[in-house]
Amino acid sequence: MISINLSGQSKQVAPQTSAATLVAELGIGARKFAVEINREVVSKDRLDEVVLQEGDEVNVVTLVGGG
Amino acid sequence: MANTDDTTLVLGEHRFTSRLLIGTGKYETFELMRDALAETGTEVVTVSLRRVELDLTKESLLDFIDLDKYVILPNTAGCYTADDAIRTCRLAREMGIGKLVKLEVIGDEKTLFPDVPATLEAAKVLVDEGFTVLPYVMDDPVACLKLQDIGCAAVMPLAAPIGSGLGIRNPYNISIILEQARVPVIVDAGVGTASDAAYAMELGCDGVLMNTAVAGAADPLKMARAMRLGVEAGRAAYEAGRIDRKMYATASSPITGLI
Repeated sequence: MISINLSGQSKQVAPQTSAATLVAELGIGARKFAVEINREVVSKDRLDEVVLQEGDEVNVVTLVGGG
Repeated sequence: MANTDDTTLVLGEHRFTSRLLIGTGKYETFELMRDALAETGTEVVTVSLRRVELDLTKESLLDFIDLDKYVILPNTAGCYTADDAIRTCRLAREMGIGKLVKLEVIGDEKTLFPDVPATLEAAKVLVDEGFTVLPYVMDDPVACLKLQDIGCAAVMPLAAPIGSGLGIRNPYNISIILEQARVPVIVDAGVGTASDAAYAMELGCDGVLMNTAVAGAADPLKMARAMRLGVEAGRAAYEAGRIDRKMYATASSPITGLI
């Protein structure tokens, strides 16, 4: 297992886990979302290709109410 | 005076009939938010980007926002650095909601006043990357000039601190900003009630952005309607050309033919 930081919390994932798999596990459904790994946006069409590495900082964001 | 034509508010590639922009935060329920937005007659709604909760609720914000009816304006609320704001805008663009962004870089937690140097820094990068930038800024005419020179599509000076309901605290600065503006001027933050919105429009502002004033009202639907009317009344009064203010009276009834 490797250790990543997902949305500010430590998480263990299997080696060779793709960003797409990680996102799928969050149960986002049809919501709009975007992914950032180590402060760089990862475009949707690359989520399958990007493999998580030890220590990666991952943010998955969606839209919420705000002013 | 800003370069909008008389009937529409032009922001980048967008043209809007409504001059009232509304936030989606602080509503008790999504249903109430949806109904309030409809009552305001707005065409632009602001949203925030936040990390996905690890246990998601069933409902999501966009289930209650008709994307055919409203243009989404993502904000960078909660960002205290230019870098965070820039990253937030890039994430918003990746979500596919367009390139219109409300840039906020906050300088102080208590007042939520903008960090103007950081806002300028972020604006430069975002304009270069093709975003249509609407920056939240102090009611500081020099800062507004700099943001226009950078290429922002509008300037959005605050009336008063976010959520304070104080209305326009410095109408003289807002008037100077309007006089010097080459882009639309939208008063954003601190509006409390309909007369505040009307006042902004009477000064000559091109639009008003608010959230708390509607969501926090005792009856948000009634306040939503009041704000719609306030903005329309203020704009109509501005276009009508008001009478001058005078120290002394000028009679309204004839002064000859008195009995």
